[in-house]
Amino acid sequence: MTDAVLATKGITKSFGALTASKDISLDLRAGEIHALIGPNGAGKSTLIKQITGSLRPNSGNVIFGGTNVTTLSAAARARLGMGRTFQISALAMDYTVLQNVVLGALGQRGGVFRLFNRVMKDQELLTIADQALEQVGLSDVRNTRTSELSHGRRRQLEVAVALTLKPRAFLMDEPMAGLGTEGTAQMVALLDRLRVQAPILLIEHDMDAVFALADRISVLVYGQIIATGTAAEIRANPQVREAYLGEEALT
Amino acid sequence: MIRETTLNAALLVLLLAVPLAALILDELFIITLATRAVIFAIAGIGLNLALGFGGLVSLGHAAFFGIGGYAMGILAYHAQTYTPLIEWHFVIDGTKSMPVIWLTATIASAIAALGIGALSLRTSGVYFIMITLAFGQMFYFFTISWPAYGGEDGLSIYVRNGFAGFNTMDPITFFAICYAMLLAVLWLVARLVRSSFGLALGAARQNEDRIQAVGQRPFTLYLAAFTISGAITGLAGALFADLNRFVSPTMFSWQTSGEIMVFVILGGVGRVYGPVAGAAMFILLEHVLGGLSEFWHIYLGAILLGIVLFARGGLIGLLAGREVADD
Repeated sequence: MTDAVLATKGITKSFGALTASKDISLDLRAGEIHALIGPNGAGKSTLIKQITGSLRPNSGNVIFGGTNVTTLSAAARARLGMGRTFQISALAMDYTVLQNVVLGALGQRGGVFRLFNRVMKDQELLTIADQALEQVGLSDVRNTRTSELSHGRRRQLEVAVALTLKPRAFLMDEPMAGLGTEGTAQMVALLDRLRVQAPILLIEHDMDAVFALADRISVLVYGQIIATGTAAEIRANPQVREAYLGEEALT
Repeated sequence: MIRETTLNAALLVLLLAVPLAALILDELFIITLATRAVIFAIAGIGLNLALGFGGLVSLGHAAFFGIGGYAMGILAYHAQTYTPLIEWHFVIDGTKSMPVIWLTATIASAIAALGIGALSLRTSGVYFIMITLAFGQMFYFFTISWPAYGGEDGLSIYVRNGFAGFNTMDPITFFAICYAMLLAVLWLVARLVRSSFGLALGAARQNEDRIQAVGQRPFTLYLAAFTISGAITGLAGALFADLNRFVSPTMFSWQTSGEIMVFVILGGVGRVYGPVAGAAMFILLEHVLGGLSEFWHIYLGAILLGIVLFARGGLIGLLAGREVADD
């Protein structure tokens, strides 16, 4: 598996008697969308935290772009090109849309400790920021305060900020959460285009979206990956049917 | 609604016009009051960088105010008693030069802020408030029990320190010096807020997950903000000591920290000119209400309560509305 951009190798994490991650190995390859699904309480969030760096596993490693990043902070992983979006939008709500994307471009380029420049007049950053806004279709609200944005547009802005980081991989935690039918369709189309830029590890509850997008799907139940495969393989897997999907979702 | 820039300019003009009018009317006391307002404004601007822009509620900024004050006191004390400050392998004498004192005060309080910040910023929320308060009180009790520089009684400096040959004992001259420092500090902070650092610091305040996700550690940003913040408040401390020609442990007391915070909240948290409005209003209330009743703090408390409940942007927010987010 040499072409894996991001991989976990036997990650285990326990909280007291509860083992939230049990020997999890999964990988994300160039050009793919790899969806991670599982019922509530399966340990998806715990796994995400270990991949992004806000939790450290008890054992096992996280490999990103050929580097072992297990002991690196979330900020250091972001600088290496891990572009993430949050389950609950984590944006600077008092800032404009543009300020949020310029912040991303600034974080990627560096020079955060310049004290006397005019950051919102920095052409280099503005160019990257505007490209990202254009790509997700937010150019028209570039000067709107983020707190005044609709939920759906905030989700798109999260993706735009991740884009400014020139990511080598995206990690998206339920990007469709709370989106209506139309919003979900837009997001599906956006992610579909993004996968050529960088592969996406997608945690998602919306099964239609997952089956429409994912090249591969991994199913997490009680902290363990019980199956990994293509959409068709997962649909056909009896264990998955029993543990998670239920009959109706598959028909 | 008035545009914020217009309001800021009006504020500065007013702060200059009042002592000039007082000079013509020969009301020297008013000039001293205006000088106090200017110095308190500088102290508040310092705190506002941490509190308003970084979201760091420090109840220990008296530490930096006091360090600035004692930097002035100690240097001037050695100069006026003709005793060397340090006599160890080499000799360092005291000084009566304001620029040297300002530089010393700023550097000393920056170093203190770096140390206090590095420890305090490991906590957050209420614990951060408590640990900064504790550091301030440590300095307070230390100076009380430090006999070399007057202990509890403080330290009197007989003649105001010198600046480029001006007669600094002349109230309006000293006011002008303090006013010029205020303009310099305002310029500095206005630049900081619009810089890369300002953008990242504000984002860290609003959402720590966000700033980490773009590859920056909130701690480093906070520490830098806290250090600059302490340095500015320290400078104000040196000016305040020079105004009174007296330093005492009171400068380190937690009431001082509280008052500096009141300037910021009255004027507008996170607004560059907020502390200027806040300090001016504080002095005005102290003078007007203080003349009416010994218990004027009750009225101040009521006003503060009103602002916290109904005008979160303080005076500036009340008059200029919400901040314009884009430049």
